[in-house]
Amino acid sequence: MAARIQVPQQAKRGEPMPVRIIVQHPMETGYRHDEVGHPIKRNVIHELSCRYNGAEVFRADLSSGIAANPYIQFFTVADASGVLEFSWIDDEGVRGSERAPVVVA
Amino acid sequence: MRPRSAAALIALALCAGAAAQERALPLERLKPGTDFLGADLRALQSDDLGNPAMLWVERGAKMWSERAGTAGRSCADCHQDAAQSMRGVAASYPKFDAARGRLFNLEGRINACRTGHQGAQPFAHESQELLSITAYVASQSRGLPIHVGIDGPARAHFEAGRAAYYRRRGQMNLACAQCHEENWGKRLFAETVSQGHPTAYPAYRMEWQTLGSEERRLRACLSGVRAEMLPYGAPEYLDLELFLAWRAEGLKIESPGVRR
Repeated sequence: MAARIQVPQQAKRGEPMPVRIIVQHPMETGYRHDEVGHPIKRNVIHELSCRYNGAEVFRADLSSGIAANPYIQFFTVADASGVLEFSWIDDEGVRGSERAPVVVA
Repeated sequence: MRPRSAAALIALALCAGAAAQERALPLERLKPGTDFLGADLRALQSDDLGNPAMLWVERGAKMWSERAGTAGRSCADCHQDAAQSMRGVAASYPKFDAARGRLFNLEGRINACRTGHQGAQPFAHESQELLSITAYVASQSRGLPIHVGIDGPARAHFEAGRAAYYRRRGQMNLACAQCHEENWGKRLFAETVSQGHPTAYPAYRMEWQTLGSEERRLRACLSGVRAEMLPYGAPEYLDLELFLAWRAEGLKIESPGVRR
């Protein structure tokens, strides 16, 4: 599962900074049927979280209402330079993760 | 050849040329697909992180330097840096390949490279691999104007494409032109009918919730007028793609775009 993360090139210490991520995932709702009428099993990323230098700063519980390739933005206070680590898991138990460096000045 | 008949021939050729350049939609009135989108989708398309199609472009960038097939060659081994070698390429497709004697769209051209130069299996229509590498190549032409060749051996394809464009079909008995030439700008339920220019493909369509090719988009229109959908790879799609590209002459490539 691919993902793309965007943080400001340089964040200001003590200021909120926007963090954005888009994850490639079909987010199959569980409400659709295939060509012969069998229901297609739900498979969505149901949990996504972000750790900033080891401490969790963001967590989301997602469900069928979220479109494919979920795109999430949140703000966190830029404390120190380091790394943002995202991890997520879908209904089939497939895990994904992606990291991005943070530079605080 | 006697001078008089030569002059007559030239005059004939000029007439034919003029007829071919006759455009139902004059160039100055062309509007790209983005003009018919809401502000939200326009913003999404121009945001390189938010634009979901960039996920495919990124994968295509990785594929560019991956070795494949019995030749063990990557795209980069022949074409080097795509930012230079592929710049403007998508804006000139579909294109007639004289050596192979057939018309190619970008997807077909990439698959011909795979089978001919890499010794690999062609990618399946609408496969993630084909969409990714096509999106990557097409994105190198962003902002460049479309210009396709329709002369010589491409002419027959162009004429076939034009005929297909103006032919009524399906249970609704509609031709492409009736929506996209005669009624563009009007509302069709919640949507605004566009002029139907293929500037954004492969594009991420909200309806599909994924990236899809221009061919898939044409199939969606065929389904919309309740006409028979030809199988993927049917020559009629290629002809139509060539006509559409000619019709969109000068519009800028937006690939990978976002559409409704």
